[in-house]
Amino acid sequence: MKPTTFYTTSGSFASSPSDDEFLVIENLSKTYRTPDGDHSVVLKDINLTIREDEYVSIIGHSGCGKSTLLKIVAGLERATSGMVRLQGKEIRKPGTDRMMVFQQYSLLPWLTARDNIRLAVDEALPRISPAERRRIVNEHIEMVNLSAAANKYPDELSGGMKQRVGIARALAIRPMMLLMDEPFGALDALTRGKLQRQVLNIWESHRQSVMMVTHDVDEAIYMSDRIVLMTNGPAATIGEVLEVPFSHPRNIQEIRELPEYYELRNHALNFLDRHFS
Amino acid sequence: MLLQFNIQVIVLAAQATWRRSIRPAIVQDYILFPLIGFAGVLLLWWIVATFFTTLLPTPLDALLANMDYILNPFYRRGPGDLGIGWLLLASLRRVFLGFLLGSIVAIPVGFLIGTSKRAMLAINPLIQIFKPVSPVAWLPVALATFNLANPSAIFVIFITSLWPTMINTAVGVASVPKDYLDVAQVLEMPRWRQMLKIIWPASLPYVFTGLRISLGIAWLVIVAVEMLTGGIGIGFFVWDEWNRLNLNSVFLAIFVIGLTGLVLDYLLGRLQMWITHRPPTTT
Ligand SMILES: Nc1ncnc2c1ncn2[C@@H]1O[C@H](COP(=O)(O)OP(=O)(O)OP(=O)(O)O)[C@@H](O)[C@H]1O
Ligand SMILES: [Mg+2]
Repeated sequence: MKPTTFYTTSGSFASSPSDDEFLVIENLSKTYRTPDGDHSVVLKDINLTIREDEYVSIIGHSGCGKSTLLKIVAGLERATSGMVRLQGKEIRKPGTDRMMVFQQYSLLPWLTARDNIRLAVDEALPRISPAERRRIVNEHIEMVNLSAAANKYPDELSGGMKQRVGIARALAIRPMMLLMDEPFGALDALTRGKLQRQVLNIWESHRQSVMMVTHDVDEAIYMSDRIVLMTNGPAATIGEVLEVPFSHPRNIQEIRELPEYYELRNHALNFLDRHFS
Repeated sequence: MLLQFNIQVIVLAAQATWRRSIRPAIVQDYILFPLIGFAGVLLLWWIVATFFTTLLPTPLDALLANMDYILNPFYRRGPGDLGIGWLLLASLRRVFLGFLLGSIVAIPVGFLIGTSKRAMLAINPLIQIFKPVSPVAWLPVALATFNLANPSAIFVIFITSLWPTMINTAVGVASVPKDYLDVAQVLEMPRWRQMLKIIWPASLPYVFTGLRISLGIAWLVIVAVEMLTGGIGIGFFVWDEWNRLNLNSVFLAIFVIGLTGLVLDYLLGRLQMWITHRPPTTT
């Protein structure tokens, strides 16, 4: 295959100035102990540095450990070895500076959609006035287009609606870093496109560090600055890191007409094909 | 599969009927077949009563003999001679008091066991020992302590209501899905607010399961307790009527006790639905 200019292989991250090292994942490994006493290595020797204003996508086959990686960054799981540093400080526990959109939505079933978002806002932003908090909640409900269903309980919502509540909840608390685990996975094509655009709008007007797990190569190219391709588990690691050479703000129609788009897309798909066991 | 027949389904069927959207399947499943079941039992009863006249009254005889009780549930004809409604209320009052006190103790203790490993290790053996004991066995202890029938009955119900609520609350608290706790942790909730805003509401369905089991057993136990203590109540009524060889009223009492138990469970189920916003699990 013709070597392309826009990708670098893993481990070769440059020794950049410290504000480029917003999030540093260093030699991270994760081992789960199975019930019968064995150890199963899920992640091995992960090295990744993410800039303060960078949108990074993670692609890999199901079960390779993408959610596990995200949870370690969130502080919900502990790495077996290696470490994760956020602005130079080691991550030891979860915090509102890194909000997560959970793969399984994780809404609280005894609260309405609105109250799920409100709970997060109340907890994470206790210092602002109640009126302002209410405004933030309503703004984000409207943003994900859930005004009509805001007073319904999660049991009464479809998968896609729940996912949108999860996205609104995460965005509403204005985290420093956004961790999204397949945030658009349960949405229909139309809603997905709209919501991708909205999330991208927010990100483009207020850049922050984002890690997004996805299975959709097009979504990754459209939204992110770099794409992390993971090898298969067990003992998955970073296979390649692709640079997406398009500048923001992006227009999906325009970038789809560029030859680089297809080069990138084929490269990623070939990688995934090769690593399909 | 469990045979399900409770008020919920009857209400469901009734609502469907009122909305004039009678779906034949519902009518058939929840009205026709249960009616066939009842009719079958009545028929069996009738046959047995016709051939063994000394053993049982026929259903019709029983109904006629009980007409006075059924039509005047709230009569007062003397100090001990009260309508069956009064007796029912007296029993319900004991059950409610004992159940309330029991729940007030059981829920916090269950919560403690569910959150603290040490509390679990300390209290669990006690629960395991006391749980298999028929609550009626506590009656002599209570009588010796209180010297009065009524507080003793309430005490026995109190004991009855403890174990299922305690165990279920503890299980509920201990099995709060990790997802919910992850949300709480990401939001940096302090521990006490996690308990209040996440763990407590998440375990409420379990608490209610415990409460419903407790109330069900309490309603079983009160009949036995009242048979032993005497006084005013539906349980003693059963015993008293039997001693007067008045089997008709015993059948009436059995029917009333069963119906009341059904209503109690239904009401608690409604309360659960109203509080937790999730449909209760029918048992
Ligand atoms: N708590 C756990 N205990 C033991 N093994 C676990 C645990 N959580 C995850 N695993 C294992 O770790 C591996 C990676 O899981 P993970 O959920 O991170 O995969 P994933 O890449 O997110 O997959 P998907 O794309 O299907 O969401 C799986 O093989 C899974 O069985
Ligand atoms: Mg996953």
